[in-house]
Amino acid sequence: MLGYIFRRVLQAIPVILVVITATFFMVRAAPGGPFDAERQVSQDVLQSLNARYNLDAPLWKQYVDYLGNLLQGDFGPSFRFANRTVNEIIAAGFPVTLELSLYAILIALVIGLTTGIIASLRANSWQDYVPMSISMAGICLPNMVLGPLLVLCFGIWLGWLPVSGWGLTPGDKILPALTLGSTYAAYIARISRGSMLEVLSQDYIRTAKAKGLSSARIVFVHALRGALNPVISFMGPAIAGLLAGSFVVETVFQIPGLGRFYVEAAFNRDYTMILGCTIFFAVLIILCNLIADVILVWLNPRLRTQARLGD
Amino acid sequence: MMKISLRIVTVILAAIFMLQACSSDRKTPVELGIEQQILHIGNLGETSDIDPHGNTGQPESQIQRALFEGLVSRKADTLETIPGVAESWEISEDGLTYTFYLRKNARWSNGDPVTAHDFAWTWKRAITPKLGNHYGYTFYVFKNAEAYHKGELTDFDQVGIKALDDYTLQVELAGPVPYLLELLSFKTMYPVHPPTVQKFGGAEQLSTPWTRPGNFVGNGPFVLKDWVVNQALSVRKNDYYWAKDEIKLNEIHFYATSSETTEERMFRAGQLHITYEIPSEKKESYRKQNHPAFHSFPLYATYYYALNVKKPPLDDVRVRKALAYAIDRRLITDRVLKGGQIPAYAFTPPNKTGYVPEAKMPEDVALARQLLAEAGYPDGKGFPRVSILYNTLDQHKAIAEVIQQMWKQNLGIDVELRNEDWKVWLANIKIGNFEISRSGWGGDYVDPNTFLDVHVTDGGQNKSQWSNTRYDELIRLASQTGDQEQRYAFFQEAEAILVEEVPIIPLYTYSRSRLIHPSVKGWHNNILDDYFYRGVYLSADDEEQ
Repeated sequence: MLGYIFRRVLQAIPVILVVITATFFMVRAAPGGPFDAERQVSQDVLQSLNARYNLDAPLWKQYVDYLGNLLQGDFGPSFRFANRTVNEIIAAGFPVTLELSLYAILIALVIGLTTGIIASLRANSWQDYVPMSISMAGICLPNMVLGPLLVLCFGIWLGWLPVSGWGLTPGDKILPALTLGSTYAAYIARISRGSMLEVLSQDYIRTAKAKGLSSARIVFVHALRGALNPVISFMGPAIAGLLAGSFVVETVFQIPGLGRFYVEAAFNRDYTMILGCTIFFAVLIILCNLIADVILVWLNPRLRTQARLGD
Repeated sequence: MMKISLRIVTVILAAIFMLQACSSDRKTPVELGIEQQILHIGNLGETSDIDPHGNTGQPESQIQRALFEGLVSRKADTLETIPGVAESWEISEDGLTYTFYLRKNARWSNGDPVTAHDFAWTWKRAITPKLGNHYGYTFYVFKNAEAYHKGELTDFDQVGIKALDDYTLQVELAGPVPYLLELLSFKTMYPVHPPTVQKFGGAEQLSTPWTRPGNFVGNGPFVLKDWVVNQALSVRKNDYYWAKDEIKLNEIHFYATSSETTEERMFRAGQLHITYEIPSEKKESYRKQNHPAFHSFPLYATYYYALNVKKPPLDDVRVRKALAYAIDRRLITDRVLKGGQIPAYAFTPPNKTGYVPEAKMPEDVALARQLLAEAGYPDGKGFPRVSILYNTLDQHKAIAEVIQQMWKQNLGIDVELRNEDWKVWLANIKIGNFEISRSGWGGDYVDPNTFLDVHVTDGGQNKSQWSNTRYDELIRLASQTGDQEQRYAFFQEAEAILVEEVPIIPLYTYSRSRLIHPSVKGWHNNILDDYFYRGVYLSADDEEQ
């Protein structure tokens, strides 16, 4: 297993290097610079700004300098948030995104698995059709629509919950977590229903029933374990997607998470911020996929043999 | 299984009831704010920095006005100059020397006295070439400041800024500047606390941690309390402020809201007392229902189309005139925008208490057609392909579409619409890669100069690349006289040249529409949309004290 992990990590290094290089040159090739504004700054001012951020050096030198700093773990200063470094912004923004994603995952798992299991046990009844239709709607409804709808309902009409902010007023974390989690809940519900149905028709479940085990024991111990595999392989990319893709929810609910910084950086041509976030998320996604694969291998004896054979 | 479903439904219902029970006695930030005198303001966008020399944006200015105070300040409603750190001043006969007497009780937020040396030190920093101050040029009104800023002069003693003693500051001007006092209340003229700036990186460095909570020292009515990037920046009352008795608010929270839509939601959910704007599609509805929180007022800013005079057929003044005369501005403001904007027929917005432009761009379709025919395009035949460029925004698109339609209908010409992302748009404007582009300009201070000097030859903001020697001369002459009547005469003539030559087509004077909670008392809107916090308080009572 360790050899497998080591090999995967080695494979990741060139991937990250390509990501860094491509991003570095692509952001600089995009029209418009970080200091362009409708009220144009004079040449002298522009020169001193470029000098301060090392933008007056030849491109290759900027690249080499950047890589050098990166090796020391320094992402450089942000152009847009003038008195902060990219490291600081990531350090402040990522925990927020992580917390939001964590709540969203919990909501997705609890709602998704519950409805998925119930639907599979009551296949082709109203207890199957109703939640599955709702989940289809959940998948189709983008966050940028669902978020404002929830806000309108719970924040403005009912007045139960705050409509924006993160940790500013009690309860302000509920709506964003619910919005972000609901789409994933819908996916998980459908995936778990499908895999549960498949597992429930297997011979060993019939054997378990014949042995006279309680239905709760059959469902939660025997069936679920097998049915979780597709959910877990979905969760790896889903968690990465949640972390990198919480931008919409962060914008709708005014959350100072990393997703919002990332997308705004692209609009602002905040080169260092774009690069920092890209590298950070690239590493994160590779890591999430690796963890999901490792868990899968660990849960599935067949894959375990394959992984060992590859050593 | 039915049982399980029922149980789940029960749990969900119980959760909802609990939520409702919790929320019924929950006080909104607005209600709590009224009790604790904490004002919640939507500030639309994140502050890049609060150092007065490192940024040009409006969200920054609103915060800086709470954290700093210049030699003079202004009244919130009329924008009339009132004493700030300086309690009085003298102006020499020739109008070229100003002597300011600073009040002895003006203090930094750490208790240090605010001295004339602090101002001189700050202003020296502001024009240090290495600093890269965006607003460095505003100091060019002082003798030799331009040469110093451009690195042509290295001896600051020759610049017309001198601290005669701890409480006397004298400035010598390069020429008469009738709006000097207004300029001195502008943010770039605010003092910074020299020891604090030096402690965190030195005078020649921008973007150092001196502007962080805990490090920050300012001289305004409030002091920095907390700052979570992309969420909110809060300030609390500065107990060392010389006029602290007139400051009734304990705190102000500025939210880095991402859009007008978010702000409106926050307002409706009781999270904001004041929004920066209202989504344009909702303005009409608020106006119609006469909503008590709805406020709309014109700004000192003009929305216009810049015509690139270097590109044919726009190099022909007859074509430019034809395009300008064939636009129905009233239709744009009343049918498309519906947000209280006023049609503009000249570049400088009218200021009721001062300068009102006399020149007026006509709207005359018959004349427009005739001019187009004279230029060689009768009924628009053979008119080359040109496009209207705008940055991505629904409002810009709507206006461009209407104008495209008007030109098609009135002149028989087809123009294309070109939509670009903000930074791409900026890059293309900078290199003149456009024919017609949307544009906007807001005044820094209330004087026609802040508008008209935009269009001087090779001016940094002159998007049309237009040049007129008489125009340049008039702007220069206006900067050399202290006689207000004479100045205005020069500006009127310049304005007339602009209307006659049409390097730009003014479309409308911007307006601001915002929601202000009825509990906010003593708040005044003004044409610069500058916030002033002195005398503002929160009260649930209907009557103002």
